[in-house]
Amino acid sequence: MNFDFSDDQKNIQDQARSMLAKECNSSVVRHVIDTNSGFDEALWQQIIALGWPAISIPEQHGGLGLSYLELCVIATELGRSLAPVPFIASVYLGTEIIKAAASEQQQAEWLPELASGEVISTVAIGSDKSSCRVSNDTLNGSKSAVLHGMIANRAIVAASDEQDELQLYLVDLHHSSIQRTTQNSLDPSLPRAELVFNNTPAIKLSGTLSAKAAISRVFDRAAVLLAFEQVGGSEAAIDMAKAYTTDRYAFGRQVASFQAIKHKLADMFVAKELAKSNAYYGAWALSADAPELALAAATARVSGIDAYYLCSKENIQAHGGMGFTWEFDCHLYYRRAQALSTLLGGNPYWKSLLVDRLLAA
Amino acid sequence: MDFKDSPEQAAFRAEIRSWLQANATAKSAGGGRKDQSDAYEDAKAWYKKVADAGYACLNWPKQYGGAGLSDIHKVIWSQEVANYAEPDGYFVIGIGNCGPAIMHFATEEQKQTLLPPMASAETVWCQMFSEPSAGSDVAGLRTSAVADGDNWIINGQKIWTSGAQHSDYGVILCRTDPTISKYRGMTMFFIDMNQPGVEVKPIKQMDGGAHFNEVFFNNAIIPDAYRLGDVGGGWGAALLVLMNERLAIAGVQPDGFPEFLQLVKTLHIDGEPISANPAVRERLAEWYYKHAGIKASTNRMLTAVAKGGMPGAEAALGKLVGAVMNQDIADYAIQLLGDAGVICEPDIAEQQAHFQKTVLFSPGIRLAGGTDEVMRNVIAEQVLGLPQEPRADKGLAFNEIPSGNQSR
Repeated sequence: MNFDFSDDQKNIQDQARSMLAKECNSSVVRHVIDTNSGFDEALWQQIIALGWPAISIPEQHGGLGLSYLELCVIATELGRSLAPVPFIASVYLGTEIIKAAASEQQQAEWLPELASGEVISTVAIGSDKSSCRVSNDTLNGSKSAVLHGMIANRAIVAASDEQDELQLYLVDLHHSSIQRTTQNSLDPSLPRAELVFNNTPAIKLSGTLSAKAAISRVFDRAAVLLAFEQVGGSEAAIDMAKAYTTDRYAFGRQVASFQAIKHKLADMFVAKELAKSNAYYGAWALSADAPELALAAATARVSGIDAYYLCSKENIQAHGGMGFTWEFDCHLYYRRAQALSTLLGGNPYWKSLLVDRLLAA
Repeated sequence: MDFKDSPEQAAFRAEIRSWLQANATAKSAGGGRKDQSDAYEDAKAWYKKVADAGYACLNWPKQYGGAGLSDIHKVIWSQEVANYAEPDGYFVIGIGNCGPAIMHFATEEQKQTLLPPMASAETVWCQMFSEPSAGSDVAGLRTSAVADGDNWIINGQKIWTSGAQHSDYGVILCRTDPTISKYRGMTMFFIDMNQPGVEVKPIKQMDGGAHFNEVFFNNAIIPDAYRLGDVGGGWGAALLVLMNERLAIAGVQPDGFPEFLQLVKTLHIDGEPISANPAVRERLAEWYYKHAGIKASTNRMLTAVAKGGMPGAEAALGKLVGAVMNQDIADYAIQLLGDAGVICEPDIAEQQAHFQKTVLFSPGIRLAGGTDEVMRNVIAEQVLGLPQEPRADKGLAFNEIPSGNQSR
């Protein structure tokens, strides 16, 4: 048994961490929030230069053909640094749905542009499936809360076909028939948009998996990757709470020396550590494409959601009044925890999936 | 990252699988805790059988009664034996805590004499650290050992000693110099539990059982050859023992989840399966991810151990989460059973009254081996590096420390 990342993978993680520490401090995140710019273009270009979007794309389609484990360690660092880039939309979701649902020929056409970063993709495959219809290769309807919908070039949209069956379609978001509107959301560093389609050309993804099966497959994979982002964010929140309460004095002593604070931080650590270990198990199942993935992904997801919520809210508490200010970064983690938890369906949805899968196991 | 055995490990697993299949008792549908003295006799018989087959203390050297194999072999054993209803962890304190202390500090002759019968549980060992006035503050212990020529004379009282009533030997931490700071004035020894001056009194617990004991020392004389480590080196020796304990108990702390899952899968209320109840499903999800998280954390720790590391203080997590969960699950299961939940009759209560026994026994597990609060302190100070609380005993000689309700 070897239940750890390899030295090579840890090196990738270290490099990602130091790059992001330098290029993505909180002023970068705040700039995106303050200006509503959607993402940090310079950081995204660096991420492309490092080849991260290409990690899980096969070599014959212009990717690096690495395992998901490399993606997991990078996800941890993106989560830790609150990176305001369309990595979740384009890589975990946009790329993976093409790998799962597109034909070989479509993959050969679309994946190289995702690997090279020329194209930013997003998905609109969530809960409001009935809101879009396709007939004669044209799409009508609307999608709400589309992640990075304002800046993505492409979207994979779930819509009903003429037979009223759910299908997946590729849409060029620059087409003039599409109306895009920014939606205010809890975390503007992972911005959402409404997309309205009015006779928009749509290409059906024609792989062998059904749309429903492909979505489920991609959500399970993304659940594990998001769990690593949540672990990274939780660790950052713990570090922040630790630093503040260690530096600050009250009643003539370090705030962190009070048991009430120490036990709070211990509980944050425990939740984070459970989430991390569950994410590791998910990473193993993901990289081995093991049948355990279904349960492991739901477990990692629920554990990650709970841990990040706890760590981000108690970090505010540990900061006292300063934690409630716009100036301190506590709310950035709190907002990100909310944003990550609602992607792919929230906690109750995943808990229910977890239990279904547990009872079936 | 993988869960595969190496070819050598796979062969070993296959070997013990077939041995267990032929020699171990299958898990019955029920399970549940046995009567204390029956459980003790069963455990002795099981350990002897394992030792005769050459599988006792797999990670100990052969000359000390082990099999000369690695920690990972031990883990494989634990994983496989967990599929059977055998009391394989019964003597974990003696073997897991006292064993390493003897291994590390005793003479070669003592090791060869004492360790093989410990491994086969022909002799049983207990660990005596806690005292009436030294619980969470265990370094506040007062049982004294006074040098007398080549002997030491021991006086005082230990408490919460697991299995002392069944033990042949014990490892004991004593105060040897009360005039210096408390951490430096302690020394570790071992002692014959049947010798004059040692008296064991079982403590009747709130659940009616008597797993723990008080042990009184009244001019108990032991030779200096029973000393483990340097005079004044007792605290360091104790920390070494506790570090080994983390490895010994890794993965054996019950969290109650498997029993809860079994209940949820089978229980119907008013003809409806309880697993369809949204409130039950909520609990099932939360407890499962904690259960799975503890298990995966243990696997991460064992990976570090296989690479030559020692388990760190983060191992406190399994105990902290598992013990609370075990209690809360027992309570919840009883609530699900309604009026019938209070009935403790093993032949009618679910899983031979597992939940009723657990709800009464589990408060003790949250206290034993470090309370929930001590575990949080350990994580906060040793893992996160937070400052200690200011202490009133800092810089004082032991005999100058305020002691409240205790006479010196």
